[in-house]
Amino acid sequence: MSAELAEPASKIELPAHVGGGGEIPTFDVTMRVRRYNPEVSAEATWDDFRVTMYGTDRVLDALHKIKWEIDGSVSFRRSCAHGVCGSDAMRINGRNRLACKTLLKDLDTSKPITVEPIKGLPVEKDLIVDMEPFFQSFREVMPFLINRGHEPTKERLQSAEDRERFDDTTKCILCAACTSSCPVFWTDGQYFGPAAIVNAHRFIFDSRDDAGDMRLEILNDKEGVWRCRTTFNCSEACPRGIQVTQAIAEVKQAILSRKI
Amino acid sequence: MQVHKYDVVIVGAGGAGMRAAIESGQRARTAVLTKLYPTRSHTGAAQGGMCAALANVEEDNWEWHTFDTIKGGDYLVDQDAAEVMAKEAIDAVLDLEKMGLPFNRTPEGRIDQRRFGGHTRDHGKAPVRRACYAADRTGHMILQTLYQNCVKHNVEFYNEYYVLDLLTVEEDAVREDGTPYKQKRVAGVVSYDLASGELHVFQAKSVVFASGGAGKVFKTTSNAHTLTGDGMGIAFRRGIPLEDMEFFQFHPTGLAGLGILLSEAARGEGAILRNSEGERFMERYAPTIKDLAPRDIVARSMANEVREGRGCGPNKDYVLLDLTHLEPAHIDAKLPDITEFARTYLGVEPYTEPVPVFPTAHYAMGGIPTNITTEVLQDNDTVVPGLYAAGEVACVSVHGSNRLGTNSLLDINVFGKRAGIAAAEYAKTADFVELPEDPEAYTIELLNIARNGNGDEKVAVIRKELQDTMDANMQVFRTADTLNQVLRDIASFEERYKRISVQDKGKRFNLDLLEAVELGFLLELAKVMTVAALHREESRGGHFREDFPERDDDKFMKHSMAYKDEHAPADGTGSAEAIAGIRLGTKPVVFTRYEPMVRKY
Repeated sequence: MSAELAEPASKIELPAHVGGGGEIPTFDVTMRVRRYNPEVSAEATWDDFRVTMYGTDRVLDALHKIKWEIDGSVSFRRSCAHGVCGSDAMRINGRNRLACKTLLKDLDTSKPITVEPIKGLPVEKDLIVDMEPFFQSFREVMPFLINRGHEPTKERLQSAEDRERFDDTTKCILCAACTSSCPVFWTDGQYFGPAAIVNAHRFIFDSRDDAGDMRLEILNDKEGVWRCRTTFNCSEACPRGIQVTQAIAEVKQAILSRKI
Repeated sequence: MQVHKYDVVIVGAGGAGMRAAIESGQRARTAVLTKLYPTRSHTGAAQGGMCAALANVEEDNWEWHTFDTIKGGDYLVDQDAAEVMAKEAIDAVLDLEKMGLPFNRTPEGRIDQRRFGGHTRDHGKAPVRRACYAADRTGHMILQTLYQNCVKHNVEFYNEYYVLDLLTVEEDAVREDGTPYKQKRVAGVVSYDLASGELHVFQAKSVVFASGGAGKVFKTTSNAHTLTGDGMGIAFRRGIPLEDMEFFQFHPTGLAGLGILLSEAARGEGAILRNSEGERFMERYAPTIKDLAPRDIVARSMANEVREGRGCGPNKDYVLLDLTHLEPAHIDAKLPDITEFARTYLGVEPYTEPVPVFPTAHYAMGGIPTNITTEVLQDNDTVVPGLYAAGEVACVSVHGSNRLGTNSLLDINVFGKRAGIAAAEYAKTADFVELPEDPEAYTIELLNIARNGNGDEKVAVIRKELQDTMDANMQVFRTADTLNQVLRDIASFEERYKRISVQDKGKRFNLDLLEAVELGFLLELAKVMTVAALHREESRGGHFREDFPERDDDKFMKHSMAYKDEHAPADGTGSAEAIAGIRLGTKPVVFTRYEPMVRKY
């Protein structure tokens, strides 16, 4: 329950600079975009685009500028544009990120910024990959609450501590940044991958769920958690800050101890 | 072209579409078509909460919630619909909990609840804790939970299938009073598979529209790029009216210059707004509930502060959301995502610095008219058998002229569920309506106009100009002059739209073509919104006319109904060429027990 708060002051002195502001600087940057369109050619190529951008712009803004002003055929997925829908995971300067959450000013704009599709999933066109194998792995871990008890008339009770136990893994937006940053996934497309394990974790450690054992059995498979080599790429890639490697470690531990 | 046959086809896989699918999928053969992947839908961006009078933390009841919803909507709410929503809210929250939604909990382990704008105890006496929430990502949790349950129930999705047409037939019919009319019936939809560029016709006994809003008619908006009003546009082009389109909600706290949403939950948790003088100005505009006044009032107050020279920053064009008096631990526990947005996108640390904010286009109160069973209306009284709508695309109308915060997550769950059940039940006894001849002909032409055009106009340029004029002239403050300016602009955009060309001529993931089609819907809807705004010569809820600053119940206590009608003559108001083609009617508001009163907070 929220703490009762003292009423804030009706009027305060604001420091002169408050709220940021000032002129937003502009700069020129070269975007080096991986292009592939099997309707045109079986070969993928790099295209360079020089664009003038603002200090507050993100990689997605640069891609939009290219698409809207220079080359309408440059293709990528995007929707919410502020890091919650998971559409625009891509490989930016060799690292998996969301284009809408990566500010250009945080990259080295003196050199071309490379943008490629995420790895390990079949490329459909330019930055668009086939997400179906990714969602298939997600579906295989039974990513839904299974409760065998009688349904209460009101809500099931859950302590704040029990709720906290799986809080981190509820943040997943299924963008595939983690899974497609995993070297094991690149070489073995059968591996469930970090995102599926994260979503299994979210239910295994939910005190209301009764099917943790079944999920642990699924993840104990040869394509399950034991393929993880703890390279931490996934944790670094997660745009939601989920401690992915730790979640995988907790699942491994639970399999070994058979205790959730 | 391929033809598929389903009992029920649901268009859209956000909260309303998936809530409907969970019901319909267990009762009838159901397909869900979405132009995205389900988890990309904009329900996931909703933050603050979902109200229901659970009374878990303090006294509350659904009748108070009904009253708040009606008063919040400035009495243009259909009161029967508001009662349904507030009453069924409790089960809607419990349904989600049982599906697995990880709500924040009270020390006793119950679902926790917090304050939200316009939600009050005992008819406006004080703010009440009514919003059930999961940190500041309640919408994300709802979207994920519904998707998880769709997976559980093996719901069949067609991802990245963009629906472009509604197939209907018209039959001669006679009303009870003997007057003849044309009865519409639904036969299915036509969709465009983005991956392959192929058309797919879906024949269905029932079609549920749950395709969301149209925020991209504005420049500064919290809405996703993909929210281009397709569902409303498709229905409108096929002769279905659109209700109350002049009412668009501007959420008070968008990140200044960007429009990215900072939840009202911030104010629910104690944050306040300040102007350049450091003053908590909402004390002047809403003395009782101050910063927790409904969104239309707060947004207008902010815009007024800026207009009167008390804005902040180098251009004095925003105000400040102040969280600095809150404990950092409290902020982290209750508002982690939105404080992260302030850091990422503005470089502002909310623990120590106030955050620059300004109203951002957020939510369409209007949409496809339905009754409380979610059946779509082809006029004030006539249902289109087999056609349903729920969520932001629909107007049932529970939001009237201004939606209360959290009531959209509630709307999608209550009416999404109703739509799923109603569509499946209808399909049990109905027969398929025969598809019209060449069902895809209209869609092929629509795509060819965009694909084969070789004019000198660019989609992105026209769209930007549309968004600019809408922000400048159709936003928080409106007058006949500004609205006529929009209509003149749109008339020229429509001419220019005929001369667009898209660069991508391919079939595979041709998103260039998709944007051209979307712009067509945006132009159509912006025009409907503006025409309706011009005709509503009063101020009510989210619609504020500076030339008519008072609410006028004698003349305007009624819904507006806009029909596409190529033969509708210009009526002499405003810009003649732009208004031609739209016929405006009205529909009575449903009253049950609440008399309109002066709306003060």
